[in-house]
Amino acid sequence: MKENKKNTSPATDNNGIKFIQFRKKAFLLSLIFFALSIFIIAFTKINWGIDFTGGTVAQIKFDKQINIEDLRESMKSYNPTIQEFPKSFSYILKFSQSEETQNLSEEVNKKLTADFHTSSPEIMRFEMVGPVVGKFLIKAALYAFCGAIFGIILYVGLRFRGGIWGLAAVAALIHDVAITFGILCFMKISIDLIIITALLFIAGYSVNDTIVIYDRIRENLRRAERKNISDIFNSSITQTLSRTLITSLTTELAIIPLFIFGGETIHSFSLALLLGVLIGTYSSIFIASPLVYIVIRKH
Amino acid sequence: MPKSLQYKIILILCIVGAAVYCLYPSFIWYSQKHDPSETSAQKILKLGLDLQGGVRLLLEVETEKVPADEKKDVVERALEIIRNRVDQFGVSEPLIVKQGDKWIVVQLPGVKDPQKAIEIIGKTAMLEFKLVNEKADFEKIPDGFEALDKKDGGRLIVKSTAELSGASLSNARVEIGGSYNLPYISLEFTKEGASKFAAVTGENINKQLAIVLDGIIQSAPVIKSRIPDGKAIIEGMFSMDEAKYLAIVLRAGALPAPVKIIENRTVGPSLGSDSIKKGALAAIIGFFAVCLFMPAYYKKTGFLADMALALNLLLLCAAMVLIGATMTMPGIAGIVLTIGMAVDANVLIFARIREEIAIGKTPLVAIDTGYEKALVTILDSNITTLIAAAFLFQFGSGPIKGFAITLSIGIISSMFTAIFVTHAVWDAAVFGKTIKKISI
Repeated sequence: MKENKKNTSPATDNNGIKFIQFRKKAFLLSLIFFALSIFIIAFTKINWGIDFTGGTVAQIKFDKQINIEDLRESMKSYNPTIQEFPKSFSYILKFSQSEETQNLSEEVNKKLTADFHTSSPEIMRFEMVGPVVGKFLIKAALYAFCGAIFGIILYVGLRFRGGIWGLAAVAALIHDVAITFGILCFMKISIDLIIITALLFIAGYSVNDTIVIYDRIRENLRRAERKNISDIFNSSITQTLSRTLITSLTTELAIIPLFIFGGETIHSFSLALLLGVLIGTYSSIFIASPLVYIVIRKH
Repeated sequence: MPKSLQYKIILILCIVGAAVYCLYPSFIWYSQKHDPSETSAQKILKLGLDLQGGVRLLLEVETEKVPADEKKDVVERALEIIRNRVDQFGVSEPLIVKQGDKWIVVQLPGVKDPQKAIEIIGKTAMLEFKLVNEKADFEKIPDGFEALDKKDGGRLIVKSTAELSGASLSNARVEIGGSYNLPYISLEFTKEGASKFAAVTGENINKQLAIVLDGIIQSAPVIKSRIPDGKAIIEGMFSMDEAKYLAIVLRAGALPAPVKIIENRTVGPSLGSDSIKKGALAAIIGFFAVCLFMPAYYKKTGFLADMALALNLLLLCAAMVLIGATMTMPGIAGIVLTIGMAVDANVLIFARIREEIAIGKTPLVAIDTGYEKALVTILDSNITTLIAAAFLFQFGSGPIKGFAITLSIGIISSMFTAIFVTHAVWDAAVFGKTIKKISI
C-alpha cells in the first residue's frame, strides 16, 4: 500500500485505523439490527414463496402498459396477489391454489386473452407447487442450511483450533445471515428456494472475509508478542483492509449489473447478495475481530 | 528460461487449447438457429429449462388407489409408460426419473405446447369395454353395475367388470371418416384380445357396448354383429389434435395407477431467451466493470488479474461441457459471483507483493514471497465457500444445483488461473531481466 511505503515491517508499522476502539458502538449497532431482524422474522408475517407454502405463480407479459386494477378485476375469482414490473409490462401473479386446480394455467390464459386481447397477454412462466412438495422442500432447505453452517463451523473450528476464533466467526456469520434475512422479510420479499441459496452463499462469503483478517491477526500476534494487543488487531485489520474492501467491491461490481439487468426471476436473489456482501464485509471488520479481541486481551 | 518454467507454460497452453477445443462445438451450435427438438451430435453446453423454455413436472403415483396385489413395481411401470408417451410425443433429451418412493420427475426441454404435454403425461388412459344395462333403474342400480357419465352428456348404467381393457390393444390409429366424417380412432386388438372381443360381440348382439376411457363413456355403439377380426373404432366427436393425442396414450398403454401433478414449473421459450439475454448482459457488464477496476487500482499488474479472470471463465465453461452440466439462470448468477470473487486470489497476492515491496524487498523477491504468503489465506477463504456450495449441490433441486456447480468450478479454476498461471506469467516476464520497479 502506498501509505505504508515508509514503514519497515507490517507488524510494527503505525497502528492503522482504530477499529477496535469502535467496538462498543459497532456492537450496539449490530445488536439493534440483529434484535430488529429477529423480531421481524419471529413476529411479522413472512412472505413465504410457493416453494415452501405450495401455490401457483404465473408471470404474465403484455405488449403495452395495462391498468393493474383491470388485471385485478379480471382475476378476481382466483384472488391472486399481484406484483408489477412496469418497465417490462410484466406482472407476477401469486395464487394460493395449487394441485387441486389442475387447469389453472389454461383457465387464467383464457380469461386474460378474453379480457386483454388488445394487449396480447402471454404466460411467460407458470409454476405450481403442491403442499406436499412444499413440505419436502422446507425439509431439504433446512437440511442444506444446517449442514452448510455446521460444515463451516467445523472447518473454522479445525482451522483455528476451536475456541473464540471459531465462535466469533460463527457469530458474525449468524449476524450477517439474520440481518440480511430480516431486511428481506421487512421488504416483504417472497422467500423462495433461491433466497435460501443466496443466504447460504452469504454464510460462506462472511466466513471467507473473516478468515483473511484472522490469518493476519494470528501472523502478527506470533511476530510481536509484547506489543499492545489492540494495536496488533488494529494494524492487522488495516493491513488487510484494502483486500477486504476491494474484494467486496469487485463482488458488488459483478452483482450490481445482475441486480439491474438480470430480470425478474433473479431480482430478489441479487438484492439478497448485494445486502449480504455489504453486511458480511462490515461484520468481519467490526464484529468478528473485535469479538476475539475482547476475549484474548485478558490473557 | 529454466526447464520447469517451460513445462509450466506448455501445460498452460495445452489446457487453454483443450478448453477452446471443448467449447468450439457449443460456440458453433449456439451461433446458428435451431429448432428446439433438434439435438447436437457433439457435446455442447446444455441449457436448463429456465433458459430454453420447457416443463418440469413432479408426479405422484397414487399407489393407494391400486389393489394390494398390483402394487408391486407400480411406480416403475408408470415411469415406463410415461417414457413411452414422451417418446411418441417427440421431445429432445427428456429426463424421466424416479424420486423418492412414489414421485416421478419429468423434464421436457423446449416443448412447444406444454399444456398438451402435461395432459398426455397425466392421463391415466384406462380404456375399458363395458356392457350397458339398458333396463336398469338409476334409482336402484343393481349389484355389479355402476352409473357412468357420457362424454356428450347423460349417463348410462354399465356392468362394473370390464369385458376387455386397453391391455388387449396392439395398436391405435387416427383415421378420418365414419358416420360423422370426423377423426376417429381405430383400434386393433392382440390375438388374444381379438378372440375375447369376438366372443363378447357374438354373445351380445343388439346390446350396447360402452367404450370407457378413464371412467367416462366415449361412445356406446350397439353391437350389430360378431366382430371376428379384432378391430374396433372409438367415435366421440374428437378434434384432430384430441384424436392424435388419445391415440398416443392408447398406444403407450394405460398407467397402472392414476398420477397427480404435484409440481409444475413451466417456462415459455420467450422468457427463456429473455433470461439468457439479461443474464449474459449482466455477466458481461460485471466482467468489464471488474476488468476496468483491476488495472485502475493495481496498474499494469491489474491486467494480469484480468487475463486470469478471462481464462477462468473459459475454463469454467469448458468444464461445464466436459462434465455435462446444465447452465441455468442461477448458474449464470454463480458465474457472476465467480467473476467478482475469482479476482480475490489475485487481490490477496498483489496486496502481499505491495507490502513486501513496501518493506524494502526487491521486486523479484517480493513477487515470490507474495505468492507464497497469500497461498494459505487463499485456500482458507475458498474452502468455506466450497463447503456452502457442496451443501447447496446436495439440495438437489435443479436450478440451485446449477448455482452450486458454476460457483464451485469457478472457485476451483480460479485457484489455478490466479495462482499458477499468473505466477508463471510473472516468471516468464521478468526472466533474465533486472527489474528495479514493478507497476503494481
